[in-house]
Amino acid sequence: MLQIENLHVTVDGRLILNGINLEVNAGEVHAIMGPNGSGKSTLASVLAGRDGYTITEGRIRFEGEELTQLPAEERARRGIFLGFQYPVELPGVSNLYFLKAALNAGRKHRGLPELDAIDFLDLAKIKARLVGLDENLVRRPVNVGFSGGEKKRNEIFQMALLEPKLAILDEIDSGLDIDALKVVSDGVNQLRTPKNATILITHYQRLLHYVVPDRVHVLAGGRIVRGGDRSLAELLEREGYASLGVPETQPGFEVRA
Amino acid sequence: MINTNESIDQLVRREYSAGWATEIEQDTFPVGLSEQVVRRLSARKAEPEWLLEYRLKAYRHWLTMPTPEWAKVHYPPVDYQGMTYFAAPKSNANAPKSLDEVDPELLRTYEKLGVPLHERAALAGVAVDAVFDSVSVATTFKARLGEMGILFCSFSDAVREHPELVKRYMGTVVPYSDNFYAALNSAVFSDGSFVYVPKGVRCPMELSTYFRINAANSGQFERTLIVADDDSYVSYLEGCTAPKRDENQLHAAIVELVAHDRAEIKYSTVQNWYPGDAQGRGGIYNFVTKRGKCQGIRSKISWTQVETGSAITWKYPSCLLIGDESVGEFYSVALTNNFQQADTGTKMIHIGKNTRSTILSKGISAGRGQATYRGLVRIAKSATGAKNYTRCDSMLIGSRCGAHTVPYIDVRNASSSVEHEATTSKIRDDQLFYCRQRGLSEEDAVGLIVNGFCREVMKELPMEFAVEAQKLLGVSLEGAVG
Repeated sequence: MLQIENLHVTVDGRLILNGINLEVNAGEVHAIMGPNGSGKSTLASVLAGRDGYTITEGRIRFEGEELTQLPAEERARRGIFLGFQYPVELPGVSNLYFLKAALNAGRKHRGLPELDAIDFLDLAKIKARLVGLDENLVRRPVNVGFSGGEKKRNEIFQMALLEPKLAILDEIDSGLDIDALKVVSDGVNQLRTPKNATILITHYQRLLHYVVPDRVHVLAGGRIVRGGDRSLAELLEREGYASLGVPETQPGFEVRA
Repeated sequence: MINTNESIDQLVRREYSAGWATEIEQDTFPVGLSEQVVRRLSARKAEPEWLLEYRLKAYRHWLTMPTPEWAKVHYPPVDYQGMTYFAAPKSNANAPKSLDEVDPELLRTYEKLGVPLHERAALAGVAVDAVFDSVSVATTFKARLGEMGILFCSFSDAVREHPELVKRYMGTVVPYSDNFYAALNSAVFSDGSFVYVPKGVRCPMELSTYFRINAANSGQFERTLIVADDDSYVSYLEGCTAPKRDENQLHAAIVELVAHDRAEIKYSTVQNWYPGDAQGRGGIYNFVTKRGKCQGIRSKISWTQVETGSAITWKYPSCLLIGDESVGEFYSVALTNNFQQADTGTKMIHIGKNTRSTILSKGISAGRGQATYRGLVRIAKSATGAKNYTRCDSMLIGSRCGAHTVPYIDVRNASSSVEHEATTSKIRDDQLFYCRQRGLSEEDAVGLIVNGFCREVMKELPMEFAVEAQKLLGVSLEGAVG
């Protein structure tokens, strides 16, 4: 589904990704781990099509189509979803209204009829229950006044509604206590199908205990330095990044989250 | 009661002897403003003597007034002698015969704004015969109101049919001496709406200028008077979202509202006058004096406006809170894009006891637009227990626009409470990216965020207007980002 070949990315002239190769197939869960400043969030942003990143070399193919020239909304409509590390607040814009617009944009792209308000509301209620999101939050302005855990759960709720082909979850576990982590993980697991794929970007092994990855990649200094299965994550948890010869923090910290 | 036919005859004879008879038959007056023009205008409309006198007093006073220059708007001086002050309704000879003959760009705008199909023809100036339905709808509508004792007609008709009412209230809320443009309007006003709601009657539907026949061409110096008698209620809608062009650049209207004991008037405006081209040339100047008098105890007047058009908007819909426990409200969204300028706000004058006012202003500036909120909250010595809450929020889109706030707070009674909050914000890149990552185009994202910003004001609008207004905000912001 996703093929990243020799990807080099600069931000403000600084080289952040230095030759990334990655392949993700339908039905798989991949984890990308690495210390602070390794380029994990940059990779997520570049895949989603955020402005401010320059691809100096390499390609990204999604379902056979070259992604690099496509604007963010076009990538989204083709089924790419980014779970934000710091979900944004949209004052006055109701969660429901926002998501109905988003869902219908995707449906329109696929030549499907748009859902009206009533049908959408029914769907939203089902999905909210599925991911354990309080129905009251569903109607509120997007993320306004939400706690950290509620914001992350709102990301999963959106994912449940939009049913993406590829979900990139950027530190979905950060700021969550154990119970919240379990709820979010449950949601992610429930949404797994043989036709979609998930990339989990995380620091800690903890999440991967609940959402079990098929492959684990360690990103350091802008490159993937190690690959393995879930046991690699367990090794890192026990021994730390240093055990792989990777410093805990990298010089040249991330410009953007 | 004046015999109007007699006065007309006298006037006609007088004019005839001066050799101006032929000019009365013309559709449009030659340019220029003088006492003769005022007289001719009044004669052309067959007005009674008392109204001509009112116009003349206003005109003579106008001559003594200097042009106001204190607002934060800049425009080349207006040539008052270069305009014509009367134009008869357009003949249908040159009007489009059907929508096929209308400028496709205009039709595209109607499409984007979701204007109902049957209204598009009327708005585009298609000959009246082709719009049979709207005329008959209006007739049934007015008949129903008549049964309830509600008067709703043009100002000119009211002068003819209900002169006592017009005489009693006209100029009591906005005297001709109030300001330069009020004086001008009082001298040369063309037409407008008149509404009277009798005691205890709740007007069952929103009154809209669309339903007033002969609404076309009264825009230049419009004059509206709405009176709500004890225990009555009326909601009035002015304007429409479709862009309106006019050869006349200056629009100086007057709107007077009077609410008696326990009466309520809700006045909503959606204004999208031609704003000028992308370089700011040729747009309309919208200089309006709107004021409501909460005459009665527990009376209420509420102004809601969405202003997205005009090259220059200069207006302060205000409330005089005279009756004890009366309430004044002002909800506003003002959007300026390209080179538009807006200096708008309100005056809440607290005079009676335990009066309340709420001001909620949302200014959006984009392109090189300049939006200014100018507000006055005045608590008179007599206004024991007065309460005001003001909130003005500005949103800036892009880096070349401006938002300004000029609040005046004048308190002379220590038992009152006045609150003022203000915020300034931008549409952030991360907000735009969040929306786009969910599949929304940048245009839709901006529209969504701006509508969210304006939500508290938009929800005060009557339903049909609200939906159109939301679309209007989106359309008006085209090209604002990037």
